[in-house]
Amino acid sequence: MSTHRKPLLVGFLVLILILIVTLPLYARESDVRVLTTVLMYVVLAVSWAMFSGTTGYMSLAPAAFFGLGIYTMALLQKELPFFLIIPIGGLVAFAFALLIGLVTLRLRGIYFAIFTFGLVVFMTEIIQYLETRLYNRHGWDITPIDSEILLYTIFGLVVVTVLAAYFIRRSRYGLALLSIGGNEEAAEHMGINTTRTKVLIFAISSAFMGAAGVITAPSLIYVNANIAFSLFYSFMPILMAVFGGMGQLYGQIVGALIFGYLEKTLRAQLYSYFMLGFGIILVAVILFLPNGIAGLVPMLQDRLGRVIRRLRKGGQGEPHANT
Amino acid sequence: MRQSSRYTLERRPMLEVSNLDVFYGKSQALRGVSLRVDEGEIVALVGANGAGKTTLLNTVSGLLRPASGSVEFLGKRIDRLAPHKIMKLGICQIPEGRKLFSDMTVGENLEMGAYSSEAKKRKEETLEQVYQVFPVLKVRRKQSARKLSGGEGQMVAIGRGLMSNPRLCMFDEPSYGLAPKLFLEVLEVVKRLRKQGITILLVEQNVRNTLEVADRAYVIENGQIVLEGTSKDLLQNEQIKTAYLGI
Amino acid sequence: MRILEGQGVTKYFGGLAAVSDVDFHVDQGEILGLIGPNGAGKTTLFNLISAALPISSGEIRFKVQKLNGLKPHQICQMGVSRTFQETKVFGNMPVLQNVLVGAFFGTPTRVSGAAAAREPAQSLEFVGLSALSATPIKDLTLVDQKRVEVARALATKPELLLLDELMAGLNPAEVSEAMELVTKIRDTGITIFMVEHVMKAIMGICERIMVLHHGEKIAEGTPHEVVANETVIEIYLGEEAHAGS
Repeated sequence: MSTHRKPLLVGFLVLILILIVTLPLYARESDVRVLTTVLMYVVLAVSWAMFSGTTGYMSLAPAAFFGLGIYTMALLQKELPFFLIIPIGGLVAFAFALLIGLVTLRLRGIYFAIFTFGLVVFMTEIIQYLETRLYNRHGWDITPIDSEILLYTIFGLVVVTVLAAYFIRRSRYGLALLSIGGNEEAAEHMGINTTRTKVLIFAISSAFMGAAGVITAPSLIYVNANIAFSLFYSFMPILMAVFGGMGQLYGQIVGALIFGYLEKTLRAQLYSYFMLGFGIILVAVILFLPNGIAGLVPMLQDRLGRVIRRLRKGGQGEPHANT
Repeated sequence: MRQSSRYTLERRPMLEVSNLDVFYGKSQALRGVSLRVDEGEIVALVGANGAGKTTLLNTVSGLLRPASGSVEFLGKRIDRLAPHKIMKLGICQIPEGRKLFSDMTVGENLEMGAYSSEAKKRKEETLEQVYQVFPVLKVRRKQSARKLSGGEGQMVAIGRGLMSNPRLCMFDEPSYGLAPKLFLEVLEVVKRLRKQGITILLVEQNVRNTLEVADRAYVIENGQIVLEGTSKDLLQNEQIKTAYLGI
Repeated sequence: MRILEGQGVTKYFGGLAAVSDVDFHVDQGEILGLIGPNGAGKTTLFNLISAALPISSGEIRFKVQKLNGLKPHQICQMGVSRTFQETKVFGNMPVLQNVLVGAFFGTPTRVSGAAAAREPAQSLEFVGLSALSATPIKDLTLVDQKRVEVARALATKPELLLLDELMAGLNPAEVSEAMELVTKIRDTGITIFMVEHVMKAIMGICERIMVLHHGEKIAEGTPHEVVANETVIEIYLGEEAHAGS
């Protein structure tokens, strides 16, 4: 990045951060709630891409870990303070993912995806079963928490998640993850303990999803297994990350912000048109922007560069190139 | 040093490539390439890696479209046709690196080669011929193609190409990964195919053995034909051997 | 001293023995060739050494340490590195990063980030690919990708290097270059065990050769001994006159 662009970008980011942090002061409560949900999507998308975007293992499990977070909040809301439940939710998801990962990360490609899909469905059923048998109830009421507090909390989680994703990506560990995505057998033969590497990132990414679940629970007011483990929370982060561009961190964030905002605001008002528009946009992105929105940036840079070069060359033609 | 090839009246050109320019995006892979294969000939195309040999074959098959120049097969222009139509006209390409259908068995891979309706009619007969040439394929015909060793896969690729009953067969580095004896057998197959009336264009790195089988050869370098002549002439010229053939 | 030794090495796939009761050894500092008809079990033997596949029975030892039961990443860190017949490069990275992976994770002792970062440039220069370091590896020809695999394996600082058909697809001039490269590698102190079909290379640089056929070792000795062996001629070479071209 050229030297005069970086401070600009940083300044821009700081501005956005200030806007977000001061939002409750000048916006309506409903807007605060929308932003809270959108930021939740950012956490899910970034943490999903932390695992699936690097290793290439397509996981449909976010809903399982998100749901575990919700249920952790439901069960502990009267016992412990909110801010303690958040890391506990993360820990529960982490431990569960560790177990699942050790058992299933031997499965290749599509089998792993199918398994994670089945896992979410299974969680829904088994939690529902245990609920009715052990607690003789259907779902839980969650005591609401002030929307301002929820906003700042989820924002804090976003910062932690994005920083984690950023530093992992640049680290030795991040290189190991990319190698697994590039060619797992070769990665193993170059000294990488692929099992340990995969399972660990799977668990780490799940921890963020669990924490996000804890923070989201109070805004749902009432939860049951179907609500908490809705596959929606698996599909949305994937769509957002793909839409935004899986390869780049900012792509995942931008994708979640745009998609999340559209989903939250338009869905209630224009449901059927929204879903139609959603689908069309998604197909268009897949057809024309294989690298997502983030892929637009190098594309535009390239086009712009070519236009500038052509203007400079003036009369000189380039050799006619076609494939 | 370019010798002009003699045009003999008994043989008509089966494949005629004229002044071909082919680009990959912005970079030019072939420059003004001209080449001819007469009916019943075995013509070799040799050159370093990245020189453009596979690009040329892919252009003839229709997988790539030239920016300029033409490809004619039996007098008819084919450079604008789709690959499956070109194949139906009687050209088959046995690609570099096998490219097998890994979810199918050996037998199924071979049967897939007989895709056109004419080839389908003679499928059983052709299959027996292929098994005669590569007996190990008959033994392994029910095995998944994924389980084959590198060289065995090469045999399947060649067999599959032969199943289409082609008039012109283009081999892209058949020696790749093959034991020396097996490659010599493949060359024997090539000679036998010629006896059956099939014309052969052979792209190869194993130059010496190939030249002993081929009638004529072209040498390609950086996307251009730099040398052309009969195999005999090329093998006898020491300068050519060291400079262009590396032997 | 024997850097690698195998006794009774056997591998079954279902009922079929891909490698059958093979005894072999590699002396430190030598270039040992492994030849045999297609499907003879050569790559399978490499896969057993590197633990890409579990051994069915028998024992393989690297400098007296048993390799049975170890995982590929452990064997790499012990000092055994390899290339693959079908190139297994990291297609999502540029050339330099491919080699960097080897430098970071494959060495016997953990290296610092700074030390690892210096390594790829050296290895790439050694194999002659410095000019392509920034290129995405998927844009390289297959032959160049193979050379990156060599650089990547060298970055792990091995004592023993397994090369699987490095010369496939090379024209005679390129084969000579590759032969020089392999000799250069050996001269730095690395022992080489290579599977090859290109007889020019086998005859030119191997001190000893071993021959597999249907999973069994059928011959072993100097290149001239092996090439004169009638069984080898019959099942592998096809013609005496062309051994060496």
